[in-house]
Amino acid sequence: MATIKIPPVLRASVGGEKEVSASGENVGDVLKDLASTHPATQSQLFSAEGELNRYVNVYLNDEDVRVLDGLATAVGDSDTLVILPAMAGGR
Amino acid sequence: MSPSGAELLRQVKSQIEEVDPSEVAELIDEGVTVIDVRETEEYAAGHLPGARHVPRSYLESRIEGVVPDRSTQVILYCASGNRSAYGARTLKDELGYEHVRSMTGGITLWKDRGYEVEVPRTLTPEQRERYSRHMLVPEIGIEGQQKLLDAKVLLLGAGGLGSPTALYLAAAGVGTLGIVDDDVVDLSNLQRQVIHSTQRIGIPKVDSAEESIHALNPDVNVVKYQTRIDASNIVEIIEGYDVIVDGVDNFPTRYLLNDASVRLKIPVVSASILGFDGQLSVFKPYEGPCYRCLFREPPPAELAPSCGANGVLGVLPGTMGLLQATEVVKLVVGIGEPAIGRLLLYDALGATLTEVKVHRDPECPICSRDPQDIADEELGVFPDYEAFCAAAG
Repeated sequence: MATIKIPPVLRASVGGEKEVSASGENVGDVLKDLASTHPATQSQLFSAEGELNRYVNVYLNDEDVRVLDGLATAVGDSDTLVILPAMAGGR
Repeated sequence: MSPSGAELLRQVKSQIEEVDPSEVAELIDEGVTVIDVRETEEYAAGHLPGARHVPRSYLESRIEGVVPDRSTQVILYCASGNRSAYGARTLKDELGYEHVRSMTGGITLWKDRGYEVEVPRTLTPEQRERYSRHMLVPEIGIEGQQKLLDAKVLLLGAGGLGSPTALYLAAAGVGTLGIVDDDVVDLSNLQRQVIHSTQRIGIPKVDSAEESIHALNPDVNVVKYQTRIDASNIVEIIEGYDVIVDGVDNFPTRYLLNDASVRLKIPVVSASILGFDGQLSVFKPYEGPCYRCLFREPPPAELAPSCGANGVLGVLPGTMGLLQATEVVKLVVGIGEPAIGRLLLYDALGATLTEVKVHRDPECPICSRDPQDIADEELGVFPDYEAFCAAAG
């Protein structure tokens, strides 16, 4: 099971957790597992076509999966996925 | 019997290597490290081009800050070549510097031979005292302080992030601080916006910020822009600044700022906050990624809490704003490794700092192109976000 760090805006969708575990061979499978356990995250992560939404960045450990193999990037049990939507608060 | 002063000097000079000014002049062009060991007033009256200043009385304690590598070729000089001879012996025999030499005849002979002397701009005695703790840091010193005094930094927002950033940059001696904010001080701001005060509720934030800045450091030139930044005024406002500090609270302005700053090649130190979480990165156009490389498009309204009022731990903008101020100082002085191509994620509740890499996007709609090709009408092009936020309630 890989660890997924959940950003503040998605925490309500996973019962308030900051970190959850999900299983899968690659990034896409891990995120789909997350979405099946927590259905509210589905539309926030994926477009209707099943692509990762362009406004959400996903990092395998510290690397952007878009410069790796995208959703096909292999994930090990000791890996951490960081989900990161843009944040704009400053006041 | 103890030797006389003259005898001791002869002995010391026989134990070290000396170098003629003509050779030093050639080595300076090759970038050799030259250290002026005279007193501060002597250095201020003029020194060899590019020479670093380490007074002989502080040589042992400060040389490692200036020359950390003992195999570096170092040339010391003073007024006539005597103090530097003693200094060279200390560096060689007691501190183990392998290639240290003393310049024959000092700066007096250097000048007699007609070589160039650099006269540094000096600080007033009051400035020396005020910034003395910066002078003692080898990475900053008088040169770094001068760069800070010459710097022009623009703060977008005198709110949560802008408050601590403005105060510490003013304290650090940043010469010009521009502040853009169209708001007035409200009681609910004071839980975190420490540049304002209870007495100043209701007055424009730019005026309130100016008052606090001048109370802390009257030397700082404050340029106030009591307006909201938009596509019609952004280029006019940001042009001419060395660094921009982004503390704005909405996506449209962040994208607009990104596009304009890329076109004008001005680095942006960006941070954002929400709840207990903060993000920080430095966007230096064409050296690293830009904001659009990181987030090609903004999230929809339900994932963008910046649309409405949201809670934030009062201390958090302090933490993130001071990380921004630190990055500004590093960029201005030219030291350290600014957070270019990296996004720092701070989780205050967990007390953790996570770092992820940010790459330049070869297909970035803005920074993959030459700055002159980015047209006015393209700046901040963005979905109709304000309407979207309004629709989302």
